[in-house]
Amino acid sequence: MKENIGKVVKVSGPLVVAEDIPNAKMYEMVYVSDRKLFGEIIEIKGNNASIQVYEDTSGVGPGDPVYSTGMPLSVELGPGLIGSIYDGVQRPLDVLKEKYGDFIVRGSYEPALNRKKKWHFVPLVREGSDVVSGDPVGYVQETIAIKHYILIPIGLEGKIDFIADEGDYTVEDVIAKVKTGEGEKEVKMYQKWPVRIGRPYAKRLPPNEPLITGQRVIDAFFPIAKGGTACVPGPFGSGKTVIQHQLSKWSDADIIIFIGCGERGNEMTDVLMEFPELTDPRTDRPLMERTILIANTSNMPVAAREASVFTGITMGEYFRDMGYTVALMADSTSRWAEAMREMSGRLEEMPGEEGYPAYLASRISSFYERAGRVIVLGNEKKESALSVIGAVSPPGGDLSDPVVQATLRTVRVFWSLDAQLAYARHFPSIHWLRSYSLYADSLKDFYTSRLGKEWAEMRKEFMKILRREAELQEMVRLVGIDALSPSDRLIMEVARSIREDFLQQNAFMEEDTYTSLEKQKRMMRLIHLFYVYAQDALKKGVNLDKIVDLPVRVDISRSKLIPEDNLEKFDEIEKKLKESFEALISEVQNG
Amino acid sequence: MAKEYITTRNIAGPLIIVDSVEKATYGEIVEIKAADGSIKRGQVLEIDRDRALIQVFEGTSGLNLGETKVKFLGRGVQVGLAPSILGRIFDGSGSPIDDGPAIIPEKMADINGVPMNPYARNYPSEFIQTGVSAIDGLNTLVRGQKLPIFSGSGLPHAKLAAQIARQAKVKGEGEKFAVVFVAMGITFEEANYFINDFKETGALERSVMFINLGDDPVIERIATPRFGLTVAEYLAFDLGMHVLVIMTDMTNYCEALREISAARKEVPGRRGYPGYMYTDLASMYERAGRIKGKEGSITQIPILTMPEDDKTHPIPDLTGYITEGQIFLSRTLHQQAIYPPIDVLPSLSRLKDKGIGKGKTREDHSDVLNQLFAAYARGRESRELATVLGESALTKTDLIFVKFADRFEQEFVKQDEYEDRSIEETLDIGWKLLSMIPVEELKRIRPAFIEKYLKRYLKEEDKDAAQR
Repeated sequence: MKENIGKVVKVSGPLVVAEDIPNAKMYEMVYVSDRKLFGEIIEIKGNNASIQVYEDTSGVGPGDPVYSTGMPLSVELGPGLIGSIYDGVQRPLDVLKEKYGDFIVRGSYEPALNRKKKWHFVPLVREGSDVVSGDPVGYVQETIAIKHYILIPIGLEGKIDFIADEGDYTVEDVIAKVKTGEGEKEVKMYQKWPVRIGRPYAKRLPPNEPLITGQRVIDAFFPIAKGGTACVPGPFGSGKTVIQHQLSKWSDADIIIFIGCGERGNEMTDVLMEFPELTDPRTDRPLMERTILIANTSNMPVAAREASVFTGITMGEYFRDMGYTVALMADSTSRWAEAMREMSGRLEEMPGEEGYPAYLASRISSFYERAGRVIVLGNEKKESALSVIGAVSPPGGDLSDPVVQATLRTVRVFWSLDAQLAYARHFPSIHWLRSYSLYADSLKDFYTSRLGKEWAEMRKEFMKILRREAELQEMVRLVGIDALSPSDRLIMEVARSIREDFLQQNAFMEEDTYTSLEKQKRMMRLIHLFYVYAQDALKKGVNLDKIVDLPVRVDISRSKLIPEDNLEKFDEIEKKLKESFEALISEVQNG
Repeated sequence: MAKEYITTRNIAGPLIIVDSVEKATYGEIVEIKAADGSIKRGQVLEIDRDRALIQVFEGTSGLNLGETKVKFLGRGVQVGLAPSILGRIFDGSGSPIDDGPAIIPEKMADINGVPMNPYARNYPSEFIQTGVSAIDGLNTLVRGQKLPIFSGSGLPHAKLAAQIARQAKVKGEGEKFAVVFVAMGITFEEANYFINDFKETGALERSVMFINLGDDPVIERIATPRFGLTVAEYLAFDLGMHVLVIMTDMTNYCEALREISAARKEVPGRRGYPGYMYTDLASMYERAGRIKGKEGSITQIPILTMPEDDKTHPIPDLTGYITEGQIFLSRTLHQQAIYPPIDVLPSLSRLKDKGIGKGKTREDHSDVLNQLFAAYARGRESRELATVLGESALTKTDLIFVKFADRFEQEFVKQDEYEDRSIEETLDIGWKLLSMIPVEELKRIRPAFIEKYLKRYLKEEDKDAAQR
């Protein structure tokens, strides 16, 4: 094995330079020093290779050995992924804790997938069947909701020579043999895939269906499509993480991948402790049974943070290839970009904007472009989608930050979080005038067929009212509220109602944390009806103060607390609304 | 006997470069003997073949090229730990300065620590009552949280930190409570204030203090908080104590970091601070927390003074992205003689939701909190409008909110330095203030709680009105 060994010549934090690594390849995985610290080659200059090391390098010095593996940084894909928690380079954190204790010891290594656990395999093909890459040869019922299909690895094609009988196997057991042009190839229940290369698919399709999140401001105003991309920039304390958590809890995706990239340890713990307790509204099973967590908290090695988003998206693509809808959350891509900046600085590369490397934008867009709605490989031509939602943490909330700007150029939905709204505890603090969704048009057909024409019309009307409110507020600031006409003051009142009674949503209140599309529509209709009736009443001479003071408005403001199984309550309020206005009008007409 | 090198080639700021070194490693500690025999310590920052770049903790004054002797010790910076460390005062590099004996260590630990496995963490959910309404009621602190105080020069952050250290308790528990106090580059007077306060209240015997004053070596400041946190980890996870770590002033720490970065000629990030400052700060802040199956906890209260009260400055900005909220001190409130001058609107505790409510504080806490925030925000907004346009421009309801905001500052936020309010008292003040507002505007409160808690205050207010 002597020939696989190079020698360290320089150590600077997570960057190690080594010489004489035989056959060094870009992005090859290596082990540094006798502690076997895990690293990746990121630059080759003559005989010297620069290595980013995924662990603390204290105690490493010139002369220490570097062992090459010949393999690029890869993840293991197979049964056992769901419900796991990994670090940025797919080390299983739960197993590490069992084995090494409460702190992450350097050089600790465990395979990502349990080698001993037996899974119940059910074959789907017969001996003699023709298969191509991406075809399922069988499945494992990994959780009640998820059938984990065992796919023919990419690049393999031929006739099934052997297929295992239904029964219990480990991931290492050979469950199929395929006769190909280059001889017989074995298929195990797991495969490896290099993280920096996107997994191939048959065809890319434009998104046409929303990812339903149960969050009113998102579903109604700024929807994201299945297979779409979104970003959530905002200063600290504006609720980025809560939004990401809400989306991972309530999105109607089959698989959720949550990447805690350089963020707080306690937040990951929150997810870890809460998700097993929460149930998925669609399957009634614990949310953890569809979730994979990647936790590379801010105090864990910075280089592994750089790898974590790729580790996550590769797993997402794998489940997409089985035909599942996958949603991936990355919190926060700014920390990922900072990790790139730190490594770039240590490589002494020429910096671009704010010290970030010049390739920042291309890296960001190559990450988001791995999302999409596709027809997957394989004979069944299944359709599936991978959506990506990235949080961005710009310094001081300043949107001119290079990471925000590079992200905005590539994503299609922009949820702009606003500090002022957060201070007033208006959550989610997504600003209705600054945010946008480029999917709104392509999703219109879906909404119309599901909820009728009314939905799009009310949405448009509400946006108009909110925009008008902003103008009126400017005016009020100059001349005072008394200078406004009654109809303008009505708009102010209705806008306030839209903001407080519809857009505001309390993630921590059981009745309010998730709202179905049907209930969202009923809530919008209440406010809309109020506006229509009130305009009419004003015309008929009713005093605005009387309209504003109507007791039925309390019912509107409390409509968010109406349980999902009791939507008939809305009929009552609509009736009360109608009667209240009729009473006001008859009061005026009868003198 | 380790080799002594006399091959120092460059000296620049806090850094020296030594040539022809054999077998040095990254992060290793070195002992440097100056020509006059004085001994300094340093750490290897970078090693390139046989050339080592070393940062000298005590500063490089007195070093020269020919006579400086450098010895590599083959290990990182360590601190000796034993239960007798409680009640002691150390300088910024861990030597006792209280005339007591040296610590006889039961255990040595590297001051850099190792990252806690996120899977091993336990979520912080135990309410800490600080006795300060603006914190307990609206920005609740829980065990294992890191909640910084964002202050400005001249504001009473030291007073507030001392008050929290004095009053902090968990409801109904016998305490194994300790305070680790870390001073970085603060004045003698400020350090003395804490030492005296701790002495007078008897807190000193359950405290450990690390003091790096303004005139102590700047580079030492990089190590000082790490000494403190390593001791805190020992007290919390080996001895099972609940540890409150107060670190002041993080601004001085970050400046020291920038100084080293500049001396190394690194590509600077924003305002000259190094690009890795986020990671560096996180390596300290993330040492707060709790571990599943272990008794103790580490709660951090770092204090930082925002240059020009600007919260977008890199130091508060990066801190806010790592910590679980922040307590903002406001100059305006301070000028109105409101103590503690906590501006509750930009303040935040991210972990409050798991630490409040039934069985922890009181069932109505969450609703009251949301309503107080919303009402105060609206009151402030209207008050600003009134200063521009005059009160006549406001609606009747908005006027009520303005009055609410004034009373909120005077009665809820303001309290005495030695006033220790229970959470029930805090919430009751909240209800009393909310009773000013028309019931239909109390949208954030569940009707059942309005029924249960608001009624008695309505009556009181009516009585008051009748008497007037």
